[in-house]
Amino acid sequence: MTPELNVGTLLNELFIDTVRVSLPLFRPELCLVATIVLLLMCRMLPLLRHLDSGGIALGGVCFAAWYAYVDFLSIGSQMGDPLLSADAVRNELFGGLLVFDSFTAFLRLVLAGFLVLYAVLTKLSGIPDREDGADFYSLVLGSSLGMCLMVSANNLVMVFMAIEMASVPSYVLAGMLKGRPASSEAALKYAIYGAGTAGVMLYGISLISGVLGTLALPDLSFEISRVLAVGGTSGSTMVLCLGGLMLSVGLAFKLSAVPFHFWCPDVFEGAAAEVGAFLSVASKAAAIALLVRVAFAFSAPVGDTALGMSASAVAGSDVRHFVVYVIGLFAAITCTFGNLAAYGQTNMKRLLAYSTIAHAGYIMMAVAAAVAMVAISVDGARDAVSAVAFYLATYLFMNLGAFGIVALLRNRLKSEEIASYAGLIHGSPGIVVAMAVVLVSLVGLPPLAGFVAKFLVFSSLVDAITAGAESPLMLSLLVVGGFNTVISLFYYLRVLKVMTFDPVPEDRVSEPFPFVSISGAMITGLVLPVLVFGVFWSGLYAAAHLAGVIAS
Amino acid sequence: MAPAENPAFWPLTVIVFLPALVAAGLSLPIIPKAREEIIRWSTLATTAVVFLLSLWVAVPQFFGAVGPGQFVVGQAEMQGVVKLPWIESFGIEYLLGIDGISLPLVVLTTFISMLAAAASWSIKKHVKAYHILFLLLETGMLGVFVSLDFFLFYVFWEVMLLPMYFLIGVWGGPRREYAAIKFFLYTLLGSVLMLIAILMLYFTSDVRLLSDEQLIATHVVQPSTATQEIASLRSAESAVHTFNLMALAAVGQLPNSPFAATTVWLGMSLETWAFLLLLIGFVIKVPVFPVHTWLPDAHVEAPTPISMILAGVLLKLGGYGILRICYPICPGAGLSLAWLVCGVGVVSMVYGAFAALAQTDFKRMVAYSSVSHMGYVMLGLGVWSAVAGQEYRWEFWAQGVNGAMFQMLAHGISSAGMFFMVGVLYDRVHHRNLNEFGGIFSKMPVYSGLAIVVFFAGLGLPGLCGFIGEVLVTLSSWNYSRPLAVISAFTVILTAAYILWAIQKVYLGAEYRGPYEDALKPITPRELSIATPLVFLAILFGVAPQTLFQYVTPSVNQQVETLAEWTRDVNDGARKMIVAEDDHGVPDGNSVITRAEIVSREIASRWAQD
Repeated sequence: MTPELNVGTLLNELFIDTVRVSLPLFRPELCLVATIVLLLMCRMLPLLRHLDSGGIALGGVCFAAWYAYVDFLSIGSQMGDPLLSADAVRNELFGGLLVFDSFTAFLRLVLAGFLVLYAVLTKLSGIPDREDGADFYSLVLGSSLGMCLMVSANNLVMVFMAIEMASVPSYVLAGMLKGRPASSEAALKYAIYGAGTAGVMLYGISLISGVLGTLALPDLSFEISRVLAVGGTSGSTMVLCLGGLMLSVGLAFKLSAVPFHFWCPDVFEGAAAEVGAFLSVASKAAAIALLVRVAFAFSAPVGDTALGMSASAVAGSDVRHFVVYVIGLFAAITCTFGNLAAYGQTNMKRLLAYSTIAHAGYIMMAVAAAVAMVAISVDGARDAVSAVAFYLATYLFMNLGAFGIVALLRNRLKSEEIASYAGLIHGSPGIVVAMAVVLVSLVGLPPLAGFVAKFLVFSSLVDAITAGAESPLMLSLLVVGGFNTVISLFYYLRVLKVMTFDPVPEDRVSEPFPFVSISGAMITGLVLPVLVFGVFWSGLYAAAHLAGVIAS
Repeated sequence: MAPAENPAFWPLTVIVFLPALVAAGLSLPIIPKAREEIIRWSTLATTAVVFLLSLWVAVPQFFGAVGPGQFVVGQAEMQGVVKLPWIESFGIEYLLGIDGISLPLVVLTTFISMLAAAASWSIKKHVKAYHILFLLLETGMLGVFVSLDFFLFYVFWEVMLLPMYFLIGVWGGPRREYAAIKFFLYTLLGSVLMLIAILMLYFTSDVRLLSDEQLIATHVVQPSTATQEIASLRSAESAVHTFNLMALAAVGQLPNSPFAATTVWLGMSLETWAFLLLLIGFVIKVPVFPVHTWLPDAHVEAPTPISMILAGVLLKLGGYGILRICYPICPGAGLSLAWLVCGVGVVSMVYGAFAALAQTDFKRMVAYSSVSHMGYVMLGLGVWSAVAGQEYRWEFWAQGVNGAMFQMLAHGISSAGMFFMVGVLYDRVHHRNLNEFGGIFSKMPVYSGLAIVVFFAGLGLPGLCGFIGEVLVTLSSWNYSRPLAVISAFTVILTAAYILWAIQKVYLGAEYRGPYEDALKPITPRELSIATPLVFLAILFGVAPQTLFQYVTPSVNQQVETLAEWTRDVNDGARKMIVAEDDHGVPDGNSVITRAEIVSREIASRWAQD
């Protein structure tokens, strides 16, 4: 900081920060922005109106995915470079509002990869018709832009803005199916819940910033330790706790964690299956990433710089304890409730909604383990964050596959009720096998990717137990997780049972699903990674392990 | 070592993965569904090739001199170990191997699978899907028996579940859906508990505790590059975890085993918890009372070939797991919980026999007889960990374990035979009600003769395979607990009662009392070709048990001897310590001392010395 305030220097610094540092690492997001602008422009110009919006969107997200991939490779090679320290590959962008590290790069790659597959899937399933196409894709891309900001947020204000940016377009997406009351109801519910939780979260953020005097995530844990160690004014601890809980309300809403999940089944049932896929994969990945960032910001260990070491260490471990218990309790309740509620569902999308809720619970268990180990075993914390990253990557294929199959079957059967799938194996064995792979992977049985993801989550919990980090909570989470795996089997298998054991209803008029077709190839492309990553997961885990470095 | 350099790589890998490969080939759309005969014959050919290959490994003298990759009879150690890296960040390996415990079970699996494939001609609907699932199931079963990496073991263990679920659920009897989901839920519950135990053991294990010789013997390091690998292990800063079953066993048997020294919950050591969790996972598969209830349902609803596989192979997985994993890795817990293993064994032995007596459904009766017979296996395995007074006569324990192993193999033959014999009748008259049979002997004399031999083998008649295992187990349990030995001896009477009654009701008698009397045609050549080998083996193993014992005994004895020495060290160590601490110098051999205490005392005394 130069003492003299010179407008020229300021502008110059701003220019360097933006153009030299930030924008080159912001290329995927810029691609999304450019695509959105292009999509909207096309609607205005009569000549371009006949261009296919799906094609434009696909091209744009392919560019975004390519840049995300390049960024990930380059940060990977930088981290492999022994000359550079771990801090060297952490870049703060736009004056510290965003951060670019391997976690950002990995999650952004997951999101961009999802968008590519998603664009192809929506082209094939045809849910945005020619009229809606531009709207649909610009909303999806706009929301994805918000999610990219969520995974790289480095400031509480950015956290709020990113969540809102991701949410507002999804409210509209939920209501895309015009003329269907269920769809409008879903959109309304979603918007009201979203607005309510956003308000609460914003209030929480302002409480935190009021007490701590900072909004930057990297400074939070130090400031908290300072406030707690000094003792602060009366009630500051209380205010901090309240602020943290209010912030967690906003995150829990995005995560659809119980008890802030009520919107989720209604929205999934009311909205098109494609929208469900978007909300359950991309939105969930971004929300989990944000949870990891915020949780680490609150509980990162503080060095003994200015404060007395013991006091700050004690304060830090208290905060960590609090954060771990909040996340752990959310995880256990969410997981159990999601699985139990999925039992009674007759609608496939509603069942998948509860399955999404349950899986958020599993992933949050690993987050809790990561936070618990952050000061005790750095390697363990890194492994736990890697487990989260790995889970999100495999979850992409599992859930996009499941929703894709639901969407394609809806086009044939005109129904999304589980009962309407009866006896599908007789006419369309290919799609039933694909569904079986996806659902069994969601249960978590080997040799499928879902098993590996669950294995990694459980192993991070056991690692925390053996390392002595919050052992009682971790042990109960392990038991809850195992118990839930068993009970989840029942409702996933019920779908398979209907598809295979039950007789074909006599009034079925639709043609069988031809698996040798473009749609079949798309489904194969989604399901094959579930098999491949279940057996050969070294490579994906290595990539996830790079992302896990934020814990160390 | 490159895969091609290891002579055991191809035989073992092909044995395990050939069925899955053929299944993948069959699932391609190029094979038309309607060509059922092609699908049936290619499945049968695959299982036959796998069987011949396993025979090539197991009985080299049939094929000329012993070559590389074949099994050396009489050698106790693990043979033909295949070791390739799989997931390096977790130290997970593609680690296969066979010894006298796993090889006979591998051959049993390939043999029963071949017969079951031949018996699958009675399957009429969805032939293609059935055979694909059948072959996948075979890969899963064989993989469990040959894998020596715990992760790999678990993967194969779970791979069996889904094919089995569909095989019961689609091709089963009237209550098939209920039976299939019940089977799946029970087994998955056990698997999840097992997974928790696996993770706990993994994260507590540390191969750096092992000596250089142990590292080589347990195949943690390759012999060719042992020096460098050991050096890099020794220089590691933090614990080096492992999934290698042999290394885990070596770590578990160390005097300062980290499994025994770690307390997890409720004051019990990790060793005890891991033992309990693994035991629950395995006994669900065995199954023993009170987690056996999936078995009668699954058996009754499953089609005949699948019942043969269920009884012949799947139940053995539990016993194998206890023998290969529970005891070697958690010896201390095994020692202190011997009463539990023996107890549930005897309870399910008696319970299964009484339940079998009460059945009117022929297949259900055979299913309960499996529960009863597998009780002998549990008793034989449990007796292993018993201390024979203060003498440590490991021969007594070895007798029990050898008997349990023999009982598993013999039961594989006899129960598969019994289910097949029931299936032959069911295919003709479409019912299994014991009270509606009678007079079969006069209508189907050849079949009835074979069936009676098989049922007598199940009864345990001397001269047939069922006798050897039961008598060895009963004899060895005498040294452990006389009441248990007496009960298990008396159970033979119950067994005789239900089997003789069944034979009397079904095969003897003046006339047939049920429906479809006209359908009782003599046995077909295909059925005869399945029944004859089973009957032949039932007699062969009864007359010449040495054919099996020459494989089983060296490996079992070695493992038992090692653990006997371990027990002696632990108990003597405990007694010495008590003597040393007791000022009056009165040795108190009866005082109860847990292994965790011993270990903690040892560590404390070492620190004091330092």
